[in-house]
This record gives sequence, C-alpha cells and structure tokens, in this order.
Amino acid sequence: MSNFFTSSLGKKLIMSLAGLFLCVFLVVHLGINLLLLSNDKGEVFRVAVHFMTTNILIKIMEIFLFGGFLLHIIYGVIVQIRNWMARPSGYAVSNNSQTSFFSKYMIHTGVIIFIFLAIHMANFYFVKLGITTPLEGGSNPVQDTHDFYNMAINLFTTPAYSIFYLVCMIFLSFHLLHAFQSAFQTMGVNHPKYSPIIKWIGNIYAIVVPAGFAFIPVYFLFFYN
Amino acid sequence: MNFTLKIWRQESASSKGRFETYKISNISDECSFLEMLDQLNEQLVDKFDKPVCFDHDCREGICGMCSLYINGRPHGNDSGITTCQLHMRRFKDGDTIVIEPWRAKAFPILKDLVVDRSAFDKIAQEGAYVSVNTGGIPDGNAIPVPKVKSDLAMDAAACIGCGACVATCKNASAMLFVSANVSHLALLPQGKIEAKERVTKMVAKMDELGFGNCTNTGACEAECPKEIKLSNIARLFREYYVASIS
Repeated sequence: MSNFFTSSLGKKLIMSLAGLFLCVFLVVHLGINLLLLSNDKGEVFRVAVHFMTTNILIKIMEIFLFGGFLLHIIYGVIVQIRNWMARPSGYAVSNNSQTSFFSKYMIHTGVIIFIFLAIHMANFYFVKLGITTPLEGGSNPVQDTHDFYNMAINLFTTPAYSIFYLVCMIFLSFHLLHAFQSAFQTMGVNHPKYSPIIKWIGNIYAIVVPAGFAFIPVYFLFFYN
Repeated sequence: MNFTLKIWRQESASSKGRFETYKISNISDECSFLEMLDQLNEQLVDKFDKPVCFDHDCREGICGMCSLYINGRPHGNDSGITTCQLHMRRFKDGDTIVIEPWRAKAFPILKDLVVDRSAFDKIAQEGAYVSVNTGGIPDGNAIPVPKVKSDLAMDAAACIGCGACVATCKNASAMLFVSANVSHLALLPQGKIEAKERVTKMVAKMDELGFGNCTNTGACEAECPKEIKLSNIARLFREYYVASIS
C-alpha cells in the first residue's frame, strides 16, 4: 500500500478521481453562473453567491476543492515529466498511429486551463480576499470587492476578456473530451456494453458544460443592455 | 519496384546515430519488408560496406523478434501484423521509406535498428508465470473455466512481447504488455493463486525500468500485431487496486 501512491497506476488513479471531482464542481459552478442570466439586476445571483461564500458545509467543501485542484495539477505534472523522460530522443517521422486526438494534448490544454484558473482567481476570489484589484474599465466600475455580480458583468462586457474566456472554454472542452471517459478506464471500468455509454455521456458533458459557461459572455456581449 | 530508404545507422549503444539514405531497385511486390532489407544488405556487403543490423527470427509473425518503426508506425502501415508479414506491395513504387528503431529509455539502441528489449523479460520474470510442480495431468473437468474467460485469456496470451506498444505510445508506456501478461493469468483459476503478488511485482518492475504512464490514448491497441485490447489495461488497473487494498 505504501508503494501505491508512488506507482504509475496509483498516481493515475488519484488524478482521475480528483479530475472527476472537479467535473462535479464544474456543474455546480455552471449552475450558479447561469443565474447571471436572470433579468433581476443580479438579485438571485447574489443570494446564491452569499450562500456559497457563507455556508459552513460549502466552506468545508472549498478545502476539498482546493485539494482536488492541487492533486490533479501536481500529479498531472509529475506524470507528464515522467512520460517525457521515458522517451529521451524522439522519432524523425511523427507518430501515425490511430489514437484519440485530444488525448495527445492533455498537458497542453491543461496548462491553458491552469492559466485561465490563475486569472480567474485573480479576477474574483483574490479580489474578495483583497490580494488583487478588480479589472479597470468596463461598463460597471466595481466599488464593492464582495459584489461578484458587478465583477462578473464588468468582465463579461469587456470584449477582450470575453474572447479570452471563450477560447479558454474551447480548450476546457478539448481537455474534457478525453478526460471524462479516460478517468473511468483508469478506474478499471471497461465494459463492452457500458463503456460506449460512458463515452457518450462524457462527450455530452464535455460539450454542454463549457458551452454553458461560454454562453454567458456571449449573452452579455450581444444581448445585454 | 524502386525505393529510397532512409535508415537509422548507429555503430554502438554509446555512439551517436544518424540517418543514411540508400537506393534500392528491382524489388518484387511479393517481397516481404525484411527480404527487401536482406537484398539491401547483400548490396552493402558486395560493396564491402557494413550491413544494416535488424532483429528477426521466425519471419511468420509469432516470435516477436522483428521490430522497426516504418514511416511513423511500428510494424509499418498495416494492422494486426509484424514487420516480417509486411509486403512491399503495400508501398508505392518510388516511395521514400523511413526506418527507425523503437525509441524508449527502457529499450536502448544496441546497433542500427536493434534495440535491447530485455526490459520486457525482466518484467516477465517478476510474475508472468504460474508456479506449479509438474506431476500427473489433472482431469480436464476438474477445473471448470467459463468459455468467455478462456477466450479472453487466450486473446491476452497472444502477446508476443515485440514492444510495438512501447514504441508507438507517446509516453513509451509498457502498460499493454504488462496488462496482457497479468490478464491472461488473472482470468484463469491456475493464475488466481498468485494474482496479487504478480500484479504488484510486475507493475513495480515496469516503473523501475523507466517506462512511462498510460494516458489511455489507444495507440498501443491500434498498433499491436496481436490486437491486444485496451480492456486488458482496465483489468490491470482493477487487479492492481484490489492487490493494493487487500
């Protein structure tokens, strides 16, 4: 058991479990984000944010969430470094084997998502903690650093930020298109009848969730006034 | 048929390698890939050049000795075959063919296209066997094996240990090889007795020898000359988890 967490298989299991936990988090996050679309000057959204930032159970889950992110990122990097080390000199002709396309770029899409995450934290969470300041400009200058509604509107009505956000969601989708079903394979779930269903659910998840996030800046750029 | 061959030449394990270009002509389309290389070597020997070293043995796709990374694919541009079963009719006249050795930290190049695959033997020595004393033949009906399981075990046992899975994997991972060995024994009653010890020791050796991790890309399954399935890797994961927690 002591060797389990340092073995290649153990590291992959931790990555996959942490990844699936993050998938659940994304659904919760998307649910709250979609409240931005209700036409009530952010009343419902603020209630939801107030609950998420004050409820004790959510506070406890927040620690698990940071743990999940850290495990997934740290193990992802460790695993990738070992993978690069396993082939010190590459081939002259690049590989022509039939593979799933997105699986080959997990570290690349992962790095893009990590950069997005860092900027996202700087724009919201760290503003609340007083570590960073909200973005200058935008239609709704932020007065209150605890008012996530104004911060969100302010960012989403800034075209440059919205485009950056959209591009990041596309890469998140690429990451998830492999990640979801791959996590089940790593957990040892491979069945002639059920695996195609898992892949199908994974593909729907990987398209619907990022598309849901991406719809919000599109709405604020074109339909909000 | 005429071909331009770009072949990796490397004097020894420690020396630096390079590509050499050779022209070869009048090759029959019924010629196998290795026979084509034999003809090249005869030409080289006639000119007092050193022949190209490559591994081969049975030349009928069962021994697992032949290797070669041909135009970006192990065992060439065909599915379910080894390099010795590849024929020149699969190429177009005048093609340039790039031939490289397997590349992985765990498979060091010995000379030209020959790599040292004893890492696989070392993994196999950790448990790809059943420890039984010889004796009288047991009655066939004494140990019932479901047909489905015996088929799966047989499919996994088809692994010839050629290393194409490692060669094509972007991480040079040996998971398909290890999973085939673990699966074929874990599925059968005779192999269950040592199943936990086997999977733990084989995975530990695989990690120790410097193979990469599995990203579930499926390249190994696509290139395996014996068409070993990715479901074996899922079984390896299951066997390993069960062995670790119990």
